[in-house]
Amino acid sequence: MSMIKVFDVAGSAVSSQSQRLNVVASNLANADSVAGPDGQPYKARHVVFATQQTGDPAAAGVRVTGIVTDQTPGRRTFDPKHPMADGEGYVTTSNVNVVEEMVNMISASRSYQTSVEVMNTAKTLLLKTLTLGS
Amino acid sequence: MTDKLDGLLGFHAEALKLRARRQELLAANLANGDTPHYKAVDFKFADALRAATGAQATGAPAPTDALARTRPGHIASPARMANGTETLYRTPVQPSVDGNTVDMDVERAQFADNAVRYEAALQFLNHHIKTLLAASSQG
Repeated sequence: MSMIKVFDVAGSAVSSQSQRLNVVASNLANADSVAGPDGQPYKARHVVFATQQTGDPAAAGVRVTGIVTDQTPGRRTFDPKHPMADGEGYVTTSNVNVVEEMVNMISASRSYQTSVEVMNTAKTLLLKTLTLGS
Repeated sequence: MTDKLDGLLGFHAEALKLRARRQELLAANLANGDTPHYKAVDFKFADALRAATGAQATGAPAPTDALARTRPGHIASPARMANGTETLYRTPVQPSVDGNTVDMDVERAQFADNAVRYEAALQFLNHHIKTLLAASSQG
């Protein structure tokens, strides 16, 4: 029953991709945020993936090692009537690139689907193995 | 009696074990499709099965491309399976900038192919078991 490990590996991929989707959702939700709780405009976040060793050198899972914030400066729009406008009349919004985030979302959802399919296949095979000889 | 059973079922049992192992490796490749610097792995099924069953296929040459370590300073191959078969890194067709060598199309095709072959090995085993049961329940 060594194929049980497939569930660990594919499960790690599913949880990592769902975390990536979470981050994308947060970025998209805050795409137009002017200021966060600290008064600073929202900074886009990105997950960092790394291989996770599971004791077996070849069959490795994946995990999120960290979440980094994008340090590119936020977009500045001229709107002197806005309450958050600075002395020159500019409002700084988040640095989220919506197109990039949409691409990220599609990629994450495809990878998630693949992992679910992997688990489904492994499940079918294991169930068939359980009925061997009957 | 048991050695005869082994002879009958052993080959397909070994094949099933190796198929399960390969399914694991392919699942790991698919899971790491987005991991930077991950290198896709696989092994040569025919060589592994030959090594596991000890059968020398007629006319097929023994694997000669395994890395030989002739000096103490030589680095061993990364991973060796229990029966001595090497896991190898896949040669990328379209390398990506982040150093990842997982080609989703190749891996998914291999995954589906391996799943079907696993089921085939199961069917062969099932058939043999059914034959044995039929033989032992007669008379």
